[in-house]
Formats: sequence, C-alpha cells, structure tokens
Amino acid sequence: MNEGALREIWVYLSTSPLLGLTVTLVAYQAGFWLYRKAKLNPLVNPVLIAIVALVALLSVTGTSYATYFEGAQFVHFLLGPATVALAVPLYRNFQAVRRSAVPLAVALLAGSITAAGSAVAIAWLLGASRETLLSLAPKSVTTPVAMGVAEQIGGLPSLTAVLVILTGITGAVLATGTLNLLRVKDWRARGFAIGVAAHGIGTARAFQVNDVAGAFASLAMGLNALATAVLLPLALRLLP
Amino acid sequence: MLPFITLLLICQLIGEAIARGLDLPLPGPVVGMALLFAGLMLRGGVPEGLAKTSGGLLDHLSLLFVPAGVGVMLHFSLVAREWLPIAGALIGSAVLTVAVTGLVMIVFTRLAGQANGEDGEHEGEREHEGER
Repeated sequence: MNEGALREIWVYLSTSPLLGLTVTLVAYQAGFWLYRKAKLNPLVNPVLIAIVALVALLSVTGTSYATYFEGAQFVHFLLGPATVALAVPLYRNFQAVRRSAVPLAVALLAGSITAAGSAVAIAWLLGASRETLLSLAPKSVTTPVAMGVAEQIGGLPSLTAVLVILTGITGAVLATGTLNLLRVKDWRARGFAIGVAAHGIGTARAFQVNDVAGAFASLAMGLNALATAVLLPLALRLLP
Repeated sequence: MLPFITLLLICQLIGEAIARGLDLPLPGPVVGMALLFAGLMLRGGVPEGLAKTSGGLLDHLSLLFVPAGVGVMLHFSLVAREWLPIAGALIGSAVLTVAVTGLVMIVFTRLAGQANGEDGEHEGEREHEGER
C-alpha cells in the first residue's frame, strides 16, 4: 500500500463518526485498565487518563473537537438514560435514605454552599476573571444543569462543562484521602459527600468502591443539582 | 434488555417534556429519574431486566463524561492564562466540600440519635476500599 492510499483511508476515516466513537472507547478502556492495575487507586483516574490521551491524539492529528464529537456524541448521549437509571440504586437504598433524611438535608445545604462559595472565593483571591468566576460557580453539579445555570448567571456554558468534568475528576481523586484523614467511616456520609462535591464522576467512583456509597452519591448528585439550580441565581442576585 | 432501554428513554422523554413545560430549573433526565423512582415505589420492586440494563449503564458511568471533558481543548488559552485560580478553586473547593458535607452528615446523624447501634456495621469497612 502506498502513501497516497493510506492518506485516502485516513481522510475517509477521520471524517466518519466511527473513528471518534472508537477512540473514545479505546482510550477509556486503556484508562480503566490502568486504574484496575493500580487497584482502583483514586489518583489513577480513568476519565482523566482518557481525556489527556484523546486531547493529545486530536492535537497531534490536527482533528477538530467538532469532528471528534460527531462520533463521541453517541457516548455523550447515554448520560441522559444513565441519569434516569440512577433511580434503581436509589430505590434499593431508599430505607437507608429515609432514615437519614434530616442529616442528609443539612449536609446537602452545607455542602452545596461550600462547593460554590469556596470555589468562587478561592478563584477570586487568586485573580480569576469575572467570566471564569461565573463559570466556576455551578461547577459541582451535573453537566446539563451546570451549563443551564452558567448561562442564566452570565458564565460561559462550554467552559462550565469543562470545569464540571475537572471538578468531578478532582473530587474523585481527593475524596478518599480527605475522608480517611477526617475519619469519616460511614459509607452513607462518604457517598453523600463525594456526590455533592463531584456529581456523576464522584458517583461512578463511589459505586466502584461500595454500593451504599454509590446510592447516596447519586442521591446527592440529584439533590445538589436541584439546590444549586434554585439557590445560585438567588444568591448572585443578592450580591452587588 | 430492549424493553428496559425503551423504558429509560421514555422516562427521560417525559422528564424533558415536564421540565420544559413547567419551566423547572432541573434537567429532563433528573425529572426522569424521579419518575422512574416513583414507578418503582408503586410497583414495589425492581424487575430483573431493569436491574441488568441500569447496571450495564452505571457500571461505566464515568466513560460517559469523556466526550464533554475533551472539550477542554476549546478553552486551552483561557485555562493556560488562568490556570492558578482554576486549579486552586477546583482543588480547594473539592477538599472543603467533601470535608464539610461528610462531617456535617456525621454530626447530624449522631445528633438525630441514629448512630446508636448503627455505628458498628460500618466499622472496619473503611480500609477495604479499593478491593472491589
């Protein structure tokens, strides 16, 4: 096969959705393989590995994000049905959730305010632009809600989407160590904390570690989406 | 499996319709989750096929965030310019949020008097993280 034929094949494949979809699955599985090799060490986050590998690949081959997304959108689409499916673990752990209703409500409120407040305060102290501050505020909630809130308060929705993913990865990486340091042993509290701080990526991590933690994390993700969507626009209206 | 994938999509679709129609500050899939949850409560159990289908989706939940994450390449220049405040905010806020949420929940669980007799079952599980 000569170079011309190879180039032709590349031109054909690089514009078809098949390539974007396949490399996404391959990159994630490579990341997950490393994660398992590292005995589910939170520092070896499979999402982070996949994103770094894919960004490197797209940059080297000069492929645009839009072209890549034509294939990757099929994976992205499944976020919706997967969110609906979270009802199943939630239902299975409903008794435990009902028993802890009051602590859950207080922890949700405290966590939700801490997530948005501390992120904006730290970024402001370190000199972030207004655009970045507003895009950071809703970062701890699941992507579609965060993008909607960002738009409402004057941030950049596409930047928020990225910050949401980075938040999820950071939370999934740091939660285990933080909770161990504070001697929080209760799986309900551990799961709920990671769900408030790191939405779906934290929830995925929680399910890999413990089922109860996973159910409480998915509950936290849903409730924090609701709390942030209601409270954040109100809070910003009160500020000068 | 197919009927249950359809069920998930129908819940999401009705959820989207309700969220838009009532102008709720919630995304359609979250409303769909509430609908499916209500359905399971009414039925009083999870059908085996639904357990399998949702398990299949949730086993690799984190994969589904990869395409949106790759979008970071659209904001390279902004992230490069403001990497310090962004990194500081993400790391600081992750640690603080996890700590505050976890501790508040523990304290209020004790206050509510629910810790009695329940503490024991969670002891000793902590160190086994990562073996699953």
